[in-house]
Amino acid sequence: MIYASMSEWFGRVGNFGLTLLIVTVYGLLVGALIERIIAKVQGRVGIPYSQPFINIAKTFFKRTAVSHGIMFYLGPVFRIAGGIGTLAFIPVIYGSEMFSNFSMAGDLFLVIYFMFFGQLGMALGAGESGHPYSAIGIARGLSQMTAYEVPFALAVISIVIQYDTLSITEIVAAQQGGWQNWTVITNWVATLAAMLAFLGMTGYSPFDIFLAPQEIPIGPPTEFHSAYLSFLQINRALFGATKLVLFMNLFFGGATGWVELMIKTLLIYMVAIVVGVAFPRFRVDQGIRFFFKIPTLIGIMSIVYVQMVLA
Amino acid sequence: MSKDRSSKNTMENSGLSADEQLLFCNARPEPYKPYSIKAVEDFANWARANSLWILAFGTGCCSIELRPLMTARFDISRFGIAGRPTPRQSSVFIIGGYVSVKTLKRIIRSYEQMQGPKFIIALGSCPANGGMYFDSYNTINQFDLYLPVDMYVTGCMPRPEALLAAIMELKEDIKVGNCDGANRYVENLDWYKANQKKVIKNWDMPDYNW
Repeated sequence: MIYASMSEWFGRVGNFGLTLLIVTVYGLLVGALIERIIAKVQGRVGIPYSQPFINIAKTFFKRTAVSHGIMFYLGPVFRIAGGIGTLAFIPVIYGSEMFSNFSMAGDLFLVIYFMFFGQLGMALGAGESGHPYSAIGIARGLSQMTAYEVPFALAVISIVIQYDTLSITEIVAAQQGGWQNWTVITNWVATLAAMLAFLGMTGYSPFDIFLAPQEIPIGPPTEFHSAYLSFLQINRALFGATKLVLFMNLFFGGATGWVELMIKTLLIYMVAIVVGVAFPRFRVDQGIRFFFKIPTLIGIMSIVYVQMVLA
Repeated sequence: MSKDRSSKNTMENSGLSADEQLLFCNARPEPYKPYSIKAVEDFANWARANSLWILAFGTGCCSIELRPLMTARFDISRFGIAGRPTPRQSSVFIIGGYVSVKTLKRIIRSYEQMQGPKFIIALGSCPANGGMYFDSYNTINQFDLYLPVDMYVTGCMPRPEALLAAIMELKEDIKVGNCDGANRYVENLDWYKANQKKVIKNWDMPDYNW
């Protein structure tokens, strides 16, 4: 992308900074809301809405921190770079110059790459901490990620064929003009495969074996503390909200305003929450088998569906 | 971290063999100072008080009192308190009842791995004066000889409400900046270590578990 002047470039970066702030704060608030909903299911009141912010301040203001080496420092940095990089190439509000970020032709590939990048960086960082439970958590997390990426990639390939573009902005543009144009209606097979993959992506039960607080003390981030942990907490909110925005853009028609975005992303998130509070946890082998069976078959069917029915 | 064995800033680690000594950090911990700007320190203390993460390590029978606090009846998460499975991320250590010598060793290891500021609540009569185990051959009678305690809850056993009240009081103390147990521990480290080594006979760990 070529910019007319330096000031235009700075304007774009400033706009992206604003988007980043809004999406992160939104992600933290949604996280608190979800905690409260889960608490209501269990008959509790739940955390205050300010709790995620206070937690981040607390971990940031810890007075001591120990290091396990350079990769240990870089793990959270890679993770948050993955989160920021993913958001940077997703147009958050359709039709808004200000909140289109750095969306361009082929950004869908970059976004999927960045989603991987953060996880791999985290795996390297947590590996250097030397904690055996970190290693177990990473092994489980990465194998589960490999499994859910298959139906997700198939669903993405299906909609890429359907809309004949790799630009998220164009995919959103093709879905404008009413709900009957959304991918969830026009290509419901791909949406189904992607939503099943989404359950694995969010890390709620039944696919939360890689965090498993009771069995392997919260898995990969076991050794991360103080400011490292505050980075991870910020990224958890940012990355979670970014994934929701991506799913909204690809399958649910995008959003033309912040209110529409919040309603849609919250409803998408609720899918994972409803499944999460209703089902117990899968073992890692069961989870992987699950993704390689029905969701993968649905993913393959979605490509056939696009070729046979929509072509 | 320093590997120098003769300096004033290092620990001796004499409980370890020569080979093992190379595997562990031997630096001596230092007390930390508050932030120089008072508003920053006040804000930090407010955040610390409103986000207490309890280490999920039940050391004795009183830790059963923690479970009702987590569930629907008392729901401690309303006050920003959560359980945390790893010592690296937690800030409150609740000594749940009697402490056997064997457990004391694990408590010390876990406590030293926690990042400051860190707080200890001694729950029940046993950590205060030995309680019903006062003449037992394998439990310690006075816990604050071995680690600094910020808050005591006595009773055998205390009700969950008593523990909740203690946590609330701990929060108030943290807000005004009174809870400095971690600094007391580091400043008097030699005294604490001498007491610990008096009861723990098989000291096969570093002098300070980083």
